Amino acid sequence: MVSKLIDKYYRTDRLPHIWCTGCGNGIVLRSIVKAIDNLGLNKDDICVVSGIGCSSRASGYLDFNTVHTTHGRALAFATGIKFSNPNLHVIVITGDGDCAAIGGNHLIHAARRNIDITTVVFNNNIYGMTGGQYSPATPTGDKGTTAPYGNIDYNFDLCELAKAAGATYVSRSTIYAANMIIKQVEEGIKNKGFSFIETLTICPTYYGRKNSKGNAVDMVTHLKDSAVNISAYEKLSEEEKANRIPIGELYKRNRPEYTEKYESMMKLF
Amino acid sequence: MKEIKNDKLIIEKNLCKGCGICVAFCPKNVLEIKDKKVSIRDLDSCIQCGLCELRCPDYAIYLGGK
Ligand SMILES: Cc1ncc(C[n+]2csc(CCOP(=O)(O)OP(=O)(O)O)c2C)c(N)n1
Ligand code: SF4
Ligand code: SF4
Repeated sequence: MVSKLIDKYYRTDRLPHIWCTGCGNGIVLRSIVKAIDNLGLNKDDICVVSGIGCSSRASGYLDFNTVHTTHGRALAFATGIKFSNPNLHVIVITGDGDCAAIGGNHLIHAARRNIDITTVVFNNNIYGMTGGQYSPATPTGDKGTTAPYGNIDYNFDLCELAKAAGATYVSRSTIYAANMIIKQVEEGIKNKGFSFIETLTICPTYYGRKNSKGNAVDMVTHLKDSAVNISAYEKLSEEEKANRIPIGELYKRNRPEYTEKYESMMKLF
Repeated sequence: MKEIKNDKLIIEKNLCKGCGICVAFCPKNVLEIKDKKVSIRDLDSCIQCGLCELRCPDYAIYLGGK
């Protein structure tokens, strides 16, 4: 037996899911579904699009219109889907590698166009599915199978990237603060434009093991201790900020949405 | 004074992977891991906050029973 929420929105015959013991992906996914439930949306009016990765397996567990696409291309497919039926609520589920490495170009252009897509990034700081290679979100110095002595790259601040590229709603949360994910996904869906929601999650199997981060409970505790609400974060000294991650609604702006602009353009013909 | 309880805690052991997240963050120490699965240690202390359900990655624990 599962809860009413899971029973209503999941393909329960596919459970238990494939994610490892303590993997945070299941927490983020439930939060997305809870947000949809809170908004009272019709299941058939939702299309969930994902790329490739552990996190992108999420779409297969959901009882909406779902499309499991190719690595890095979820936003490209989602753009086509939104264009063909602008009435759909299009939600993209993507990993940090899927979204910011191979899919980085799709991300910046979807944000630049301000197309009405809600993107939820499951950021576990690593490529989980392929065995722990470092990603653009692996903090400098941290290890992966492709960085056995530590990663020399600077990691992306994904929210700053989305903001600079043109997103109209940008937020961050953690799996410890899952209630915040629920609220942010609700706001992201309500925003008529490109919404970028980063969720900090955990991969105990690869990122955790490679970087001696302990078990799932240790890793969630670390997220709890390092995340600070944006209003409190801004009051910290530069030194204090170094080991802290701001969470909350980070940025909002008003801009015309892409499919609406396109529709009004078509009326000129 | 005890609150009136109307939603009982339900455990679905088949789905539990024994990660211990629900146990660690239960504010009332209601849960424990036994034989690598979650188990209820002290149901009377449960305040039905729902935090175990919120953070269980495997949908193995929830409020909803009568
Ligand atoms: C075109 C292409 N290149 C590479 C791969 C191999 N590949 C599969 S998943 C993945 C990275 C997954 O990392 P991320 O998106 O962060 O998701 P996670 O598994 O951590 O959830 C890669 C490189 C692929 N499937 N297709
Ligand atoms: S490898 Fe990492 S991201 Fe993939 S299911 Fe396991 S814990 Fe989750
Ligand atoms: S959080 Fe879920 S999977 Fe983990 S021990 Fe608790 S019931 Fe089991």
